[in-house]
Amino acid sequence: MATPIAERGYAHPDVLVSTDWVQEHLHDPKVRLIESDEDTLLYASGHLPGACNVDWTADLNDQVRRDYISRAAFEGLMSRLGVTNDTSVVFYGDKNNWWATYAFWVFQLFGHSNARVMDGGRLKWEKEGRPMTREVPSYARTQYKASDRNDLPHRAYQNDVLSHIRTQGQLVDVRSPEEYAGTRLHMPDYPNEGALRGGHIPGAKSVPWARAVNPDDGTFKPASELKKLYCEDQRLSPSQETIAYCRIGERSSHTWFALKYLLGFENVRNYDGSWTEWGNSVGVPIEK
Amino acid sequence: MTYPEKLHDLLDMFELFDPADRTSMLLSYSDQFREVPPEVAVRPFDRSHQVPHCESDAYVWAIRQPDGTLDLHFAVENPSGVSARALAVILQKTLSGVQAADIAAVDASIVERLFRQNISMGKGLGLMSMVQAVQSLARSAVAQDTPA
Repeated sequence: MATPIAERGYAHPDVLVSTDWVQEHLHDPKVRLIESDEDTLLYASGHLPGACNVDWTADLNDQVRRDYISRAAFEGLMSRLGVTNDTSVVFYGDKNNWWATYAFWVFQLFGHSNARVMDGGRLKWEKEGRPMTREVPSYARTQYKASDRNDLPHRAYQNDVLSHIRTQGQLVDVRSPEEYAGTRLHMPDYPNEGALRGGHIPGAKSVPWARAVNPDDGTFKPASELKKLYCEDQRLSPSQETIAYCRIGERSSHTWFALKYLLGFENVRNYDGSWTEWGNSVGVPIEK
Repeated sequence: MTYPEKLHDLLDMFELFDPADRTSMLLSYSDQFREVPPEVAVRPFDRSHQVPHCESDAYVWAIRQPDGTLDLHFAVENPSGVSARALAVILQKTLSGVQAADIAAVDASIVERLFRQNISMGKGLGLMSMVQAVQSLARSAVAQDTPA
């Protein structure tokens, strides 16, 4: 059994909630559960009672250019979900909360900081035999008002990364060791999405994202183990500016979450352009 | 490509579906999933029957019948393996009772025709791998039936 969240030594333990906590708040009108998965069939096959679905491609990404939705679209999404500016949103999903943390990260671009992640995600809830339903909830529309999207504190662009490596800033490559080494251009068992070059951004430390979770139940490891992983083994300093990246920014949002909220890194950003941008860019430096 | 009749008809039917219908139908198939019976295999399943690259931890068995047809059976160990269960049911319903040689001709392109918008990055290869595993078992059965 996982150690209670409050006893794991996290910098900001309030961003993580247990499956017990979620079950106790299933009918709390101030809480909105949001499932975000890679597998688009999962939500329809059954979800937590009262949970809404947020699709990372259809709901969070601009449908024309490679970018996130506008403020107006985010306000529309939140209103459709029946979320007010005071609602506490709790994300969960498949793959140890990859997409849940990705959605959480996008929500931060719009300043919805009243957000949490359910530790262990969907699989833990299912394995514990907790209630699931296929009933899609309907909530009264709200008039959500978002801030202008502010990428600066949370998101790094390619030019930011180029500046960052010139000053030998901290970079974390969260992809598989094979992707980091450049021996493969995509995740194991995933299609090649067309990066022309393999390798990693110069100076990046390799810490595959999944090392932050317990493989048996998908819960985050306690702070002591995370500190060893990132701070001791890889000599990453919580006080220094840090950028995490992967392939499209989804796995690295998981690491971004762990570094920022669980270990208290003061300035950590997610480079969502990641390897699909870097590995296709002309003239950028690459290490193998 | 000519597919066995039941599979051909099912693929034609899926062509008519809008995304919502397709999702409902796939879930309906997933709900019909029945695991490999104990007379065929029991846990721990033999790794030689495991589908490679499948995150749903799927297993497949093809039992040769005296008339040269195959009976297909599946196990899907991941409780979130909705798509794998749906595909298993589709393959079982449309290919069990079909001659091994005809099953061997079914290729992985059926996955895209069945799942369309419901293929996610991670599961596409796993689902195609399930079809390829069936194809491989069928080819082995054909080879055993072919005189040296």
